[in-house]
Amino acid sequence: MTHPVLSVSDLATHFFTDAGIARAVDGVSLTLDRGEVLGLVGESGSGKSVTGFSLLGLVDPPGRIVRGSIRLNGTELTDLSHGALRKLRGLRIAMIFQDPMMTLNPVLTIARQMTLALYAHGKVSKSAARDRCIEVLETVGIPAARDRIDDYPHQFSGGMRQRVAIAMALLHKPDVIVADEATTALDVSIQAQILTEIRRLVQETGTSFIWVSHDIATVSMVADRIAVMYGGRIVEEGPSRALLRDPRHPYTRGLLDALPSQAEPGSDLAQIDGVAPSLVNLPKGCVFAPRCPRRDGMCDAEPDLTTASRRAWRCHHPLEPRDPT
Amino acid sequence: MLVMSAIVFIGVYAVGNPIDVLISPEADQKIRAEVIALYGLDQPLWHQYSTFLGRLVQGDFGTSFVFGVPVMDVIMTRVPATLELVVISLGTATLLGVPLGMYAGYNPDSAVARAIMGFSILGFSVPTFWIGVLLIYTFSVHLGVLPAGGRGETAYFLGAEWSFLTADGWRHLLLPALNISFFTLSIMIRLARAGTRELMLTDTIKMARAMGLSEMTILRHHVLKLISIPIVTVFGLELATTVAFAVVTETIFSWPGIGKLIIDSIALLDRPLIVAYLILVSFLFIMVNLTVDILYTLLDPRLRRSETGA
Amino acid sequence: MIAATSLAAFWRDFRRNRIAVAALGVVLAVLVLAVAAPLFAFQDPYDIAKLNLLDARRPPGHVSANGEIYHLGTDAQGRDIWSAILYGLRISLEIGLISGTIALVTGSTLGVAAAYLGGRVRTVVMRTVDLQLSFPPILLALVISAALGQGKWQLILALVIAQYAYFARTAHGTASAERSKDYVEAAASTPISPRGIVFRHILPNCFPPLIVVATVQVASAISLEATLSFLGLGLPPTEPSLGTLISNGFQYMLSGRYWISIYPGVALLILIVAINLVGDQIRDQLNPRLKR
Repeated sequence: MTHPVLSVSDLATHFFTDAGIARAVDGVSLTLDRGEVLGLVGESGSGKSVTGFSLLGLVDPPGRIVRGSIRLNGTELTDLSHGALRKLRGLRIAMIFQDPMMTLNPVLTIARQMTLALYAHGKVSKSAARDRCIEVLETVGIPAARDRIDDYPHQFSGGMRQRVAIAMALLHKPDVIVADEATTALDVSIQAQILTEIRRLVQETGTSFIWVSHDIATVSMVADRIAVMYGGRIVEEGPSRALLRDPRHPYTRGLLDALPSQAEPGSDLAQIDGVAPSLVNLPKGCVFAPRCPRRDGMCDAEPDLTTASRRAWRCHHPLEPRDPT
Repeated sequence: MLVMSAIVFIGVYAVGNPIDVLISPEADQKIRAEVIALYGLDQPLWHQYSTFLGRLVQGDFGTSFVFGVPVMDVIMTRVPATLELVVISLGTATLLGVPLGMYAGYNPDSAVARAIMGFSILGFSVPTFWIGVLLIYTFSVHLGVLPAGGRGETAYFLGAEWSFLTADGWRHLLLPALNISFFTLSIMIRLARAGTRELMLTDTIKMARAMGLSEMTILRHHVLKLISIPIVTVFGLELATTVAFAVVTETIFSWPGIGKLIIDSIALLDRPLIVAYLILVSFLFIMVNLTVDILYTLLDPRLRRSETGA
Repeated sequence: MIAATSLAAFWRDFRRNRIAVAALGVVLAVLVLAVAAPLFAFQDPYDIAKLNLLDARRPPGHVSANGEIYHLGTDAQGRDIWSAILYGLRISLEIGLISGTIALVTGSTLGVAAAYLGGRVRTVVMRTVDLQLSFPPILLALVISAALGQGKWQLILALVIAQYAYFARTAHGTASAERSKDYVEAAASTPISPRGIVFRHILPNCFPPLIVVATVQVASAISLEATLSFLGLGLPPTEPSLGTLISNGFQYMLSGRYWISIYPGVALLILIVAINLVGDQIRDQLNPRLKR
C-alpha cells in the first residue's frame, strides 16, 4: 500500500470557555488509506465530531487546534491560512452532516446550492456545472435527477435528502469525506440503503471515508477499520471484524455488551456504570478508569499505546484475546 | 373596509360640529341654515353615511369643508410630495440598512459593528419629531446650509409636481427624507444584524463552509436570501409607519404633503378630508399587506403548494 | 428555588454587558428623579401663580430675582427648564408605565385566552389583532387621541389601544406553542382545572418574551406620548410633558434660543435610549438561538 491519504498525528483541539478549558480532542492519531472506511465511534462528548471538524478546519471559536499535524495527501493542513484551507474544503476533503433538513438551505433549489459549491472551486460554465450536478445526483441514486434538480429540499424525503447531501460532498471527487452521524436521523431501512450505497461508492470511486457515529452497530456495517474514542482520545483501534469479535479495551467491550442485540430476551440491558467525563475536568491517568470494572492503582497513570499486528489499544489491563493471534 | 369607513365616519362626527368651525357662531341664522343644507349636515347621521357610501362608490369623496373643492382634488395635489418623501426614505433606509446590519451581524464584536448598533439604538429610540428638530437646528440654524422647511422648486412630470427633479428640490428634500428614514434604517440594521448573527451559527452555514464557499458568497446567496423574508415583512410594516410618521415630519418641515394635510384637517374638523385620508390610508395598508403575503410565497418555497417529492 | 437561581444567573450574565448595566443605572436614576421630582426641582412648573413672566426665555445660567439659578434656562412662560424636565419625565414615565402595564395585562389575557380556547374565539380575536397590527401605532394613537381630546386618561386609553395588539400576538404565539407541548397534555390528565393549567404552567413560560415586548412598548409609549404632545394632541398645555416643552420651544429655535427645545429633548432621548438598551440586553439573553 502506498502512503496513506490522510495521516493525523497527536491532534489536540481545545475549547477555551469561561468554565475552563474543554479538551475535546487530546492527542488523536490515525491514518486513512485510499478507498478505506474508518469508523470513529464514541459516546457524545467523546470528541469524535470535533475530530471531524478539526480535519476540515471548521472548529468555531472558542475552540482551536492547539497542536498536532494533519497531512492530506502530503499537504500539511495545520500550516495553511484560512483562505488556503477554504480552497481545499469541498475540493479534496468534504463533509456530510447529520440532518440535511438543517444543513440544506430551504429557500434555495438543489441546483443552486450544488452549483454554488462548484463555482467555489473554479470557473465552470453554467451548463457544464448543471450537467455535473445531475451526473452526481444520478450516481447517488436519485431518480429523474434532471427534473428534480430544480426542486427544493423540503420536496425530498429524508433518505433522498441525505443522498443529495452525499452528492454534494462528491461533486469535486474529494480524497476524503467525513460523515458525521450521517445516517443517525434516518429510518433503519433507509439507513441500510444508504450504507450499501456508501460501500458501493467507495468501491467505484476510491474515496476514503471517516464514518463518525455513536452507534457501533451501523459503523460495523460500513467500516473497514474502527477507532473507539473516549474522553478526547482513541482508546482502541483495529480492523472491524477483529475488533468487534475480540475487543481489548474494556470500554469497547462495554459498548458491544450494551447493544440490545446482545441481550438475552427479557433480561436487563447491560450498561456501563457512570457517565461520560466532563471534558473540562478529565480524570488524571486513564480517562476510562472511573467507570472501568478492571481498574486498580496502575490506572492512575495514563496508559501508553500498545500495538500488535494491526491493532492498538490504551489500557493497563486489556481484555484477554479470544483466539491467540 | 366597510367597517373602517363606518368607524371613521362616526368617530369624526362625534368630535365636533363642523359648522361651528366653518361659520363664526355669531353669523346670521339664515346663512347657517343654508350652509347646513348645502353640506347635508341636517340629515340624520345614517342618512349622511349612506349618501357618503353612495358617492364613494363613484369615487366621489365629497367636498372639503375648508377648501370648498372636491376632496380628491385636494388630496391628489398633495400626494406626490408625500410619495417622494416615503419612497426616497424607505429606499435609502433599506439599501443602506441591510448591508450595514449584515456586516454588524457577521462581525458582532468589532468596533465598527458596535458603532453601527449604537447608532441604530439612537435612530430607533429617539422620537422622529425630535430628530427633525435636531436636524433643523444643526443644519439650518447653526450651520445654515439647508433650508428649514418648504418644498422648494418643483418640476412637472406625468401630471404632477415633483421636487426630486430639481436641484433646489433636493436641498429641501434632504432633511425631511433623512428624518423619516432614521427609524426605518435603524430597524433594518437591527433586523439584518439579528438575522445574520443567528444564521452564522446554524448548520446550514457550516455546511456551506464545508463545501468551500467563500464568506462573501455565503453572505450573498445563503444569508441574504434567508433574511429577506423577515425584511420584506418589516418593509411592508415600515411603509405604513413611514406614511404615518410623514404626518409628524411634514408638520415640522412644513412639507406640503398629505401628512400635514391631515393634521390641519383634524384641527379644522374638515370631516370629508379626514374620512377620505383615513380610508385611503387603510386601503393602502391592506394593499401592502396583500403584496407582502404574495412576496412571501415567492421568497419561501415551503409556503407554495407543494409538489410531492419521491 | 429554581426561580431565584435562574434570576441570579440572569443577573450574572446581564452584568457582563457594561453598557446595559449603565443603562439600567440611568433608568433607575431617572425613576428616582421623577418620583422625587418635587425634591429636586426648585419650582413647580404647573403652578402658574409661581411663574415669573419677567424671567421668560432666559438663557441657561441666568439668575432670577429670588437668587435661584436657572441652570437650563427658562421657557416662554418663565418656567425653569430643569424643573419642567423633571416633572415632564415624571409624566412620561407615569404614562409609559401605566399604559404599558394595562396593555400588557389586557393584551396577554386576550392572547392566552385565544390560544387556550381555540376555535371561533381564537379566530375572531387574532384576526382583529392581526388587522390592527398592520396599522402603525402612531396613526392609531393619533386618530384616537384626536377623537378623544386632550387629557391624561384619554391619552393612556389611546396608547393602550395602539399597543395591546403586540402583547396579544406575542402571548398568543407562546401560549399556542406551549399548549401543544406534551407537559400540558400531561397536566390536563391530572385533576388541575383548566385555569390552573393556564396560570401555573402556560403563563410562566410566556413571561420571557412578554418582558421583552414590555420594555420595547414602554419606550414606544413614551415616544408616542411625546410625539402626540408635540403635535398638540395628548396632554393639555397646563401639564407640559417633554413633548409639549419641545413643541413650545420649537419656534424659538430659529432665533437662537435653543435651550427651550433641546434640553427637554436630550432628557427624553436619554430616557428612551436607556430603556431600549436594557430591553436589548434582556432580549439577547432570553434568546435561546444565540446560545452556543
